[in-house]
Amino acid sequence: MKVLKAGTRLKSAVCDAEVMVIRATPAEVAMTCGGVEMIGMTDPKAAAAIDPAHAGGCLVGKRYVDAQDQFEFLCTKGGKGSLALDGATLTVKQAKALPSSD
Amino acid sequence: MNIAMTLEMAAEAFPDRIAVTSAGASMTYAQLLAAARSAGTAIRDSGCRYVGLLDINSLAVPVAIFASAYAGVPYVPMNYRLTKPELEELLGRIAPAFLIADPAYVDGLAMPPGMRIVTRADLLDLARSPAPADLAPAGEPHDTAIQLFTSGTTGKPKAAILRHEHLMSYILGTIDFGSAADDDAVLISVPPYHIAGISAVLSSTYAGRRMVQLPNFEAAAWLDLCRNERVTNAFVVPTVLSRVIDHLNAKGEEPRCPALKAVAYGGGKMPLAVIERAMELFPGTGFTNAYGLTETSSTIAILDPDDHRSAMASSDPAVRKRLTSVGKPIATVEIDVRDDSGKSLGVNQAGEIFVRGGQVAGEYLGMGSVLDANGWFPTRDRGYLDQYGYLYLDGRADDVIVRGGENISPGEIEDVLLTHPAVLDVAIVAVPDEQWGENVGAAVVLKDGASATADELQQWVKDRLRSSRVPATVAFKDQLPYNEMGKILRRVVKQELANPPAK
Repeated sequence: MKVLKAGTRLKSAVCDAEVMVIRATPAEVAMTCGGVEMIGMTDPKAAAAIDPAHAGGCLVGKRYVDAQDQFEFLCTKGGKGSLALDGATLTVKQAKALPSSD
Repeated sequence: MNIAMTLEMAAEAFPDRIAVTSAGASMTYAQLLAAARSAGTAIRDSGCRYVGLLDINSLAVPVAIFASAYAGVPYVPMNYRLTKPELEELLGRIAPAFLIADPAYVDGLAMPPGMRIVTRADLLDLARSPAPADLAPAGEPHDTAIQLFTSGTTGKPKAAILRHEHLMSYILGTIDFGSAADDDAVLISVPPYHIAGISAVLSSTYAGRRMVQLPNFEAAAWLDLCRNERVTNAFVVPTVLSRVIDHLNAKGEEPRCPALKAVAYGGGKMPLAVIERAMELFPGTGFTNAYGLTETSSTIAILDPDDHRSAMASSDPAVRKRLTSVGKPIATVEIDVRDDSGKSLGVNQAGEIFVRGGQVAGEYLGMGSVLDANGWFPTRDRGYLDQYGYLYLDGRADDVIVRGGENISPGEIEDVLLTHPAVLDVAIVAVPDEQWGENVGAAVVLKDGASATADELQQWVKDRLRSSRVPATVAFKDQLPYNEMGKILRRVVKQELANPPAK
C-alpha cells in the first residue's frame, strides 16, 4: 500500500510495464500490475509470476483510470500484466481530441 | 517526468517509423533513441555543465535535445545570427559547455575555457557508438531541461529556464500519445533556438509524427518540401506565411499542397490580410493561431480551424474580428487580465495578461521565479478577453506610451495607419516630450511609388481616433528593423526617433 503522487513513475514487479501517475488522491492504495504491487523504478523485480486473473496486458501511451475517475496513469512502457487499483482492473481512458498547435 | 520519456515511448510503439528527415537523410524513432543515449553518454562523460547549439536545424538537433536529457545537463540552443560580442557574452554564461556548432558560426569567436566544440557530423558520429540500451535519463523532474536566451528586443538577453516538469506538463496536456497517422509529416521551418522549435520536436515525438526540417527558409523550398514529402502539418511564423503567399503571387503558381491538413502560426502578430489570403489559397487546410511564450513552454491559447472558418464566413463584424484574436486559453492553463494595481479586469477591458498552469515556468537564471504567490506569471503582454472568452493581444506592456498620464497602446494607431493607401509598414513608439513626458512617434514606410506627407498621416489618425493618438513626430523610413522571427525591434525604432540622424 502506498500514497501515490502525480509525476511518480512505477514499474511492474512481474513484467515490462511502466507507468507514470497523472492524477491521484492522497489515500493509501495498492497499485498492481499482473496482480502484484508495482515497485519503484530502481527496485529489484519480484520472483513472482503474473496472476492469470491479471494478464490482460497494458499498452504504451494509453491512459488508465479507475471507476471513480480519481486516479489516472499513463502507461510509459507496455507489458503483459494488466493494471489494477485495490484489486479492481483499470480501464483505458478514451482519448479526446485535443486542440493542438504543433 | 523527463522529456526523454516521449522518445522512449515513441521508440517502443513505433520503432521503425521515420522520426526526422533532413536534407535527404532520415532517422527512425529507434535510431533516434539509440543516438540520444550514445551521445548522452559522451556528453555526460565530458563533464560539461551545458550543451550549447550554434547551428541550423539538422538531424543533430533532435539528437542533442534528447542526449542532453540523458546526460542530465540543460540544452541551450542559441541564435547564430547574433553579433560576435553578443555570442561571446552568451558563451561565457554557459561555459564549460559541450558546444555543437557550425565552424562558420564560431570562427573568430573568443572562446571561454573548458569548451568542447564539435560539428553536427561529429555529434552524429558519437551518436553511432554503442551505448547501454537501458540507460535512463539522468536527473529529476525539477531539473532544468532547456535554457533559452530571450530575444532581448528590449534589453540584454535573459536566460529563461524550462524544467522537465514544465515541458512534460505541456506535452501531456496537449498531445495524445501516438495520435499521428503513419504518413503524417510536419514541416519545421522555425529555427532550433526558438521555443516553437523545441516544442515541435517534443510534440512530434510524442505524437509519433515524422519531422521534416527546412534549415534555411526560402518560399520555393518550403513549397517543394510540402509537395515532395507530402507534408500534412506545418508551423510558421507570420513572415514565412507572408513570403509563401508573395511567392505564389509572383509566380502565378497554385499552392498544390493537397496533403497539407493543418498550418499553425505564431511567434508574432499575423496581419489580417495575410491570414485571409492564406485561407483563400489553401482552402483544404485548417489554420490554427497559437499564442505562447518561451516562459510558458510554448502555446497557452489557440484560435482553432473552426474559429477561423466561422470568422471568415461571417458578416457580423464581432465574429469576423476573431481572425485577429489568439483564441481561447487551452484547457490546462488559466488566463487573467489585470490592471496596473493588480486588480482583475472584466471582459473587453485591456490590461496585462497573467497566466497560470503546470507548463508555466516563469523563471530566469540568476533572477529566480517571477511568479506571484498564487503561481501567476505576468506575461508583459497587454490584451483583453471578450465576452465569448476569446483573447485579443494589444502589444507589449513595455511598449505602452504614457502621454500625460494617459496610457496609449501603439497597436490601435498602427492599425489605423496601415489602412492608409500609401502606408506599407509602420511602428508607433514613445518619443520624449517636454510637455507630456512621452508622446506618440511614428516610423512609417511608404509603398513603392506612393507618397504621403506627415500632415496627411496625422490628419488620417485624427479623423479616426482621439486627438491624443495623433503622432507628434512622423519619420519616413526605407524599412523598419525586424529580428529574424519577424518581431519588430521597437527599442531600435525608439532610439532612431529620439535621436534622429543629422541631415
